[in-house]
Amino acid sequence: MDDLKSKYLTQIADAADEASLEDIRIAAVGKKGEVALKMRELGKMTAEERQVAGPALNALKSEINSALAAKKAALADAALDERLRSEWLDVTLPTRTQRRGTIHPISQVTEEVTAIFAEMGFSVAEGPRIDTDWYNFDALNIPGHHPARAEMDTFYMHRAEGDNRPPHVLRTHTSPVQIRSMEATGAPTRIICPGGVYRADYDQTHTPMFHQVEGLAIDRDISMANLKWVLEEFVKSYFEVDGVDLRFRASHFPFTEPSAEVDIRCSWEGGTLKVGEGDDWLEILGSGMVHPKVLEAGGIDPTEWQGFAFGMGIDRIAMLKYGVPDLRAFFDSDLRWLRHYGFAALDVPTLHGGLSR
Amino acid sequence: MKFTLSWLKQHLDTTASVDEITYALTDLGLEVEGVEDRGAKLADFTIGKVLSAEKHPDADRLRVCQVATDEGEKQIICGAPNAREGITVVVAKPGVYVPGIDTTIGVGKIRGIESFGMMASEREMELSDEHDGIIELPSGEVGDRFVDWLAENDPAKVDPVIEIAITPNRPDALGVRGIARDLAARGLGTMRPNPVPEVEGAFVSDITVSIDDDTLDGCPAFFGRLIRGVQNGPSPAWLQDRLRAIGLRPISFLVDVTNYFTYDLNRPLHVFDADKVAGNLRVHRAKGGEEIAALDEKTYTFQPGQMIISDDNGPESIAGVMGGAETGCTEETVNVFVESAYWDPIQIAYTGRALKINSDARYRFERGVDPAFTPVGLDHACAMILEHAGGTASSVVSAGAIPDTSRAYRLNAARVQSLVGMEIHESEQRQTLTALGFKLEGDMAHVPSWRPDVMGEADLVEEVARVASLTKLQGKPLPRLTDGVPKPVMTPIQRREQIARRTAAALGYNECVTYSFIDQASAKLFGGGADATMLENPISSDMSHMRPALLPGLLQAAARNQARGFADLALFEVGPAFHGGEPGEQHLLVSGLLVGRTGPKDVHSASRPVDVYDVKADAEAILSAIGAPAKVQIMRGAQNWWHPGRHGKICLGPKKVLGVFGELHPRVLEAMDVKGPAMAFTLWPTEVPMPRKAGANKGALDISDLQAVERDFAFVVDAEVEALTLVNAAMGADKALIEDVRIFDEFIGGSLGEGKKSLALTVRLQPKDATLKDADIEAVAQKVVEKVTKATGGTLRG
Repeated sequence: MDDLKSKYLTQIADAADEASLEDIRIAAVGKKGEVALKMRELGKMTAEERQVAGPALNALKSEINSALAAKKAALADAALDERLRSEWLDVTLPTRTQRRGTIHPISQVTEEVTAIFAEMGFSVAEGPRIDTDWYNFDALNIPGHHPARAEMDTFYMHRAEGDNRPPHVLRTHTSPVQIRSMEATGAPTRIICPGGVYRADYDQTHTPMFHQVEGLAIDRDISMANLKWVLEEFVKSYFEVDGVDLRFRASHFPFTEPSAEVDIRCSWEGGTLKVGEGDDWLEILGSGMVHPKVLEAGGIDPTEWQGFAFGMGIDRIAMLKYGVPDLRAFFDSDLRWLRHYGFAALDVPTLHGGLSR
Repeated sequence: MKFTLSWLKQHLDTTASVDEITYALTDLGLEVEGVEDRGAKLADFTIGKVLSAEKHPDADRLRVCQVATDEGEKQIICGAPNAREGITVVVAKPGVYVPGIDTTIGVGKIRGIESFGMMASEREMELSDEHDGIIELPSGEVGDRFVDWLAENDPAKVDPVIEIAITPNRPDALGVRGIARDLAARGLGTMRPNPVPEVEGAFVSDITVSIDDDTLDGCPAFFGRLIRGVQNGPSPAWLQDRLRAIGLRPISFLVDVTNYFTYDLNRPLHVFDADKVAGNLRVHRAKGGEEIAALDEKTYTFQPGQMIISDDNGPESIAGVMGGAETGCTEETVNVFVESAYWDPIQIAYTGRALKINSDARYRFERGVDPAFTPVGLDHACAMILEHAGGTASSVVSAGAIPDTSRAYRLNAARVQSLVGMEIHESEQRQTLTALGFKLEGDMAHVPSWRPDVMGEADLVEEVARVASLTKLQGKPLPRLTDGVPKPVMTPIQRREQIARRTAAALGYNECVTYSFIDQASAKLFGGGADATMLENPISSDMSHMRPALLPGLLQAAARNQARGFADLALFEVGPAFHGGEPGEQHLLVSGLLVGRTGPKDVHSASRPVDVYDVKADAEAILSAIGAPAKVQIMRGAQNWWHPGRHGKICLGPKKVLGVFGELHPRVLEAMDVKGPAMAFTLWPTEVPMPRKAGANKGALDISDLQAVERDFAFVVDAEVEALTLVNAAMGADKALIEDVRIFDEFIGGSLGEGKKSLALTVRLQPKDATLKDADIEAVAQKVVEKVTKATGGTLRG
């Protein structure tokens, strides 16, 4: 029996492939194999002999079977290894290209601004791009003769012959949305109004269309000090800095009183803006306490309510934050520009995740 | 508005530095736009003394001078006739840049003799046109800087020029005295008196003035004096210096006087050559069509109602805007009529705008000069004329009356605290207002006549706050509207806009923001270009009409990119398009454009030309993202800028169009110079119905553990039969059991014959109660075949 065992284990070990292994299996533990034949001989044995030979034969059978299984696995492994050795790809080849879409900086920055002001309770109001001259001017305390009208480079809409209404305008600022919003909701209110505005001007730093965001907060006791805090918080959050100096400078806008232009402390080094440090001041927005006449135009009683308004250029703060040099390129749709200055689809600005990355 | 430091100091007694003054101006709301330090270019010139001057051995006109300088004795060759021993001079040593001759001095040899510098003339230092010889200073120590000497002895020459921006509410700051008043209120000095000069009226003017009754609202008051026997000519040097410093060209004394008081006291004046005035002056309204040759050498035609000053010959002045050339003063003028009038700001603004004249007079009158100062300003000018040009003045000729602008508002000291949030003591508030010229009676503040902008209590607060400095304002938290976590603020449509935008970007499109106006030809291609959407004053014909759609802007962007060598483009825009010219006649669109291939050619041969199914997939993905229902109809018959056979409208019923996708019409591409074909989609996010259910609950998930079964079918149908018809028919075979029907193959023509095609579809069956038996499956399959053949007239392919 030991002969049998060593014979087959040797054969199994030497088997070169699965076919010869099968031949060995049939010869050894098949129905007519040598082990089976030995099993048949058990019947002729005495009970004592059988008690010894039976288990030994069973052990032999299982040992051979295990050896067969192990060898089969080893052969399969070897075959797989052999196949894989021939399977080689140049993984430095480029992939199937996937287009990478981008979000325009104006959209991105509008979302950033919205996220910050939403946290302070401001909702987003919208209004028409073509508006009446009443909403764009008169309601904002800019009567027909006011020099600010001439200075605004207003685009006027064509008037048909016989239509003697004053021509509509392309809104020169987002401020008319203040009036429409006040009419719609009354006081108290907190809104921002982002969107496109238009002025007939085109040069290095001006485009006939650009984007503003207007802010308006009306309540019983809102003061200019609240305005300053809101803007300080906004600037810190938007520029993602820990602290920032804001300078309020007296100025004049027909729709606010008192009015202030707001500068932020910054430094320019090698053309790079750093907010919150340095000795330069950068003008970023205009603001003030809403003029009583403007509140009246919006249907709000100025003896009961007061509040602040501010307006800044979205394109401008986008340029400052992201280092975009030329305003005109915003509207040129140059693919190289869109890819360079654009943002990924999933770069949704949030206050918990951060505005930029 | 420009002025020099010494000009300011004429009105303001101050020791403040230029930096202190400019900081205060900006802080007060008079924003400094620039300071021109005219001394800077002379900083390196020093004072020297000529110790000896001898004739150059080889040149008659040159002298070899030994000059004492801060660096010891220097030899300088000089050609000036006045170069002689003992005079104090200005020296430019080697290395010094001389602006008047645009040269940097070096060490040189002149006719064989070395020269170590130059002695300068006034012209060489751009101080004046004087070049008859080198400067001889009456005083000065050797080695001192020449600019320091100038600052002490002739400060007007090196005075810094300060330029400030004036907001429309501050006409009073259009005069140097008004600026000084603001600074004095801030505490930067005290106002110097500016007494009203006494002008003796020696005779009665033979030119009189009248104002028509219908013109008194536009010209409430007119004052004038005739001055006889003046001698016009160049202005005195100090006056020329001042005008030049602020960028005005001195013309002649009589003209310069009017310019001077325009800037000094914000009092525009006009001078007529009295000998050229025929008869008397009359202020009246134009009938329309009258012409005048004005001082700017242009001829203007009056429109009806505009104000004119006429004499017997006709119009002699565009009232309050610009004088006429005919009666203008010249060097020969000996008799002059000086005008000081008050004009209504609104009428001047309209006239100036209509005639397109930007003059100093219009600029000031339309912002509002001080009406009460009208006769006073006249006498300031007349006194100066009499002093410098001689002559005798008539008594005052006048018409109309100074309008009463007196008004007062209550000073509520607490209002500064409640509106601005600064604590300023009442006494300080009163002091500020007083310094600005307000008269306080009890708590009523009477507004000075030069402040037309102050029209209410809030203006008093503004004055107090700006003088106190808003820079000192401390921020104060704005309380939250509600306690706790803030609520979301965006409207459903705003959310849709954001999701559509980010989905398009995720699908590989680059977002563009294009102008809202385009050229008429492009607008017409997309159903726009009508007069209602036309701009009255476009900046160019490329931007003449409001866009009727986003696609023309995207196509123009594509053409520009193709011209730069980028052929494969995926562009999109989200924004308004305009269907009319009234407020609100705009609608939100999302448009995408694919041109070229899906990508650059690649080793996997994956790149292929973009096709209609690309934009269909993207349109569907965006619609799905913004909550459009999955079950939609695809219809044909969209507008004519789409390829007639290769587009589809995504609809909920025939009238509810959510979007259109397809290939753009080749004629449109050709007209817009885009190399096609081009695929596009346009979506109307506001058309997507709002979800009916409120709340975030998604409902329970209804799934079965029983195995789903798929069966494939192929039908031969007419080529015009649409796949969606098959799908809908198959879906209808068993609404409970059929979960999904997908088309997976299309085969056109070939063995099927002309006009036929085969469509293959997979039907997925999902049992819910019991495992499907062959008989169940067979029954459904039969119904599918029945339904499809009935709906399409096709046959099951064997």
